[in-house]
Amino acid sequence: MTTALKTEEITLNMGPQHPSTHGVIRFILKTDGEIIYECVPDVGYLHRSIEKIGEKVEWQSFIPYTDRVDYLASMNSNWAYSLAVERLAGIEVPRRAEFLRVIVGELGRITSHLIGAGALALDIGAATPFTHAIRDREMVNDLFERICGARLTFSFVYPGGVAYDAPPGWIEDVLEFCDYFEPRIEQFNALITYNKIFVKRLAGVAVIDTETAIDYGLVGPNLRASGFRFDLRRDEPYSVYPELDFDVPVGRGEVGVLGDCWDRFKCRVDEMKESLKIVRQACRMLPTDSAHKAKVKKILKPPKGEVYVRSESARGEMGFYLISDGTQNSVRTKIRTGSFSAMGVFPKVARGMMIADLIAVIASLDIVAPEIDR
Amino acid sequence: MTPQDIQARLKTKFGDAIGDLVITPDAAKPTPKYYENFFTISPKVWREAAEYLKFDRELLFDGLMCVTGLDDKVKLTAVYNLYSYIHRHRITVKVEVTRDEPKMPSAQPVWMHADWMEREAYDLLGIVFEGHRDLRRVLLPEDWIGHPLRKDYVEPAEYRGIMTWRENLLGKLPGESYDPKTPIGGNQ
Repeated sequence: MTTALKTEEITLNMGPQHPSTHGVIRFILKTDGEIIYECVPDVGYLHRSIEKIGEKVEWQSFIPYTDRVDYLASMNSNWAYSLAVERLAGIEVPRRAEFLRVIVGELGRITSHLIGAGALALDIGAATPFTHAIRDREMVNDLFERICGARLTFSFVYPGGVAYDAPPGWIEDVLEFCDYFEPRIEQFNALITYNKIFVKRLAGVAVIDTETAIDYGLVGPNLRASGFRFDLRRDEPYSVYPELDFDVPVGRGEVGVLGDCWDRFKCRVDEMKESLKIVRQACRMLPTDSAHKAKVKKILKPPKGEVYVRSESARGEMGFYLISDGTQNSVRTKIRTGSFSAMGVFPKVARGMMIADLIAVIASLDIVAPEIDR
Repeated sequence: MTPQDIQARLKTKFGDAIGDLVITPDAAKPTPKYYENFFTISPKVWREAAEYLKFDRELLFDGLMCVTGLDDKVKLTAVYNLYSYIHRHRITVKVEVTRDEPKMPSAQPVWMHADWMEREAYDLLGIVFEGHRDLRRVLLPEDWIGHPLRKDYVEPAEYRGIMTWRENLLGKLPGESYDPKTPIGGNQ
């Protein structure tokens, strides 16, 4: 007396409102039980046509839109765009502005990585590290609020410098935050990074080797976690980074295989330490004898030409391809973001994976939905 | 390698299909060292040229940084920003197609990153990449009509019964003249 067990492929719809997708992304999963054998990412739910808006507004007016491209590291997006406009228009940035940019940029990287690392822990079931991360992030947000008045969308870095000078006592408070935060990273590691269950969930999952990472255009911590030491701050330096001393952490396959989810997580945690190092140096080297912004015309008309400028945002290379025809609007504003490229790798890594592991992969690649859709 | 060397190397291999190196269309005063150095490649040889760019020992452009679609009202252009992680040099190449028949070979079989990047260029500008493994719209809905980043694009008034514009509510304020036919956004 045998009855064959009825089996069939099930198409699962993960998202667009799934809590672990960090925004609105949809994954169409073809599953055999718990095993995914095809994963098709579907994006575009947050498409706000920012690139089209870039053709309609003046050069400086586009800065607030860059906040909305990557809202977890707005400072770095502002900076990436400003850098491109400066190179197009040939604007020299005063030294004080460069150091202020480095300080806010690295603090922005810390906030972004705190969310990235905390949310990864939250997604796979550990809620406490996220509260720790948010607590420390609030302190940076307070610092940002004092320098520019905003806590999320800063519009602080502008072509030619930064919007405001640091208020009195701000630099001292930044240094105080560094002293406070450095032991917190060790605490965070003790809390979650080497936790046995956490390691078991992440080690050896979704291994991306260097060739694959380069071929699929992964950038930033996702590329470095595969063991490839490449950081635009070091290898294609811009701003005052050549004067600063910092390391570029890479994945080492410490607990699993080189380039797995845990390596990507650890790479971000290590980067926070390096960012602190940079912030401390920049605070110490901050010149007092120059302005915080250059004199830039209200209505900018860069000469005819085009630039592709990339800089190291929290999610890796953020590139702006700008074309000017000599008028007050751009002909084309193309934004290349790390998250959009990272989405392309899902069909490859998700094959043969458990559904629960996909959650860890989404979080470990540090996907931010508005950055994908722009 | 300098952009001049890269262009010369491709020129010896592919001949007239490679255009002249353009440093900047209008070499005005400020910092032209940051301006993109680009040259055009004919769509006829693009697929082979892409492979040559990636696998030639001297070039080894293993990293595709960005693919951008452009519309200058005359033709459509796909711009490939390439970077070599090994030699640490970069170049920009442009492949131009006509607006009437915007078809060109895909670089997706060469660089996997071009998969999503070219899908975006197809979605927003309507450049058809032949030989792409999965050329679908990526950001817009599958049944969207038109390609929004084209310069002559007119936004449809509605999508599946959802208006893409709204009436001017400011006109409803007391003392203001109210003209419901003047929309805000979309179609104005």
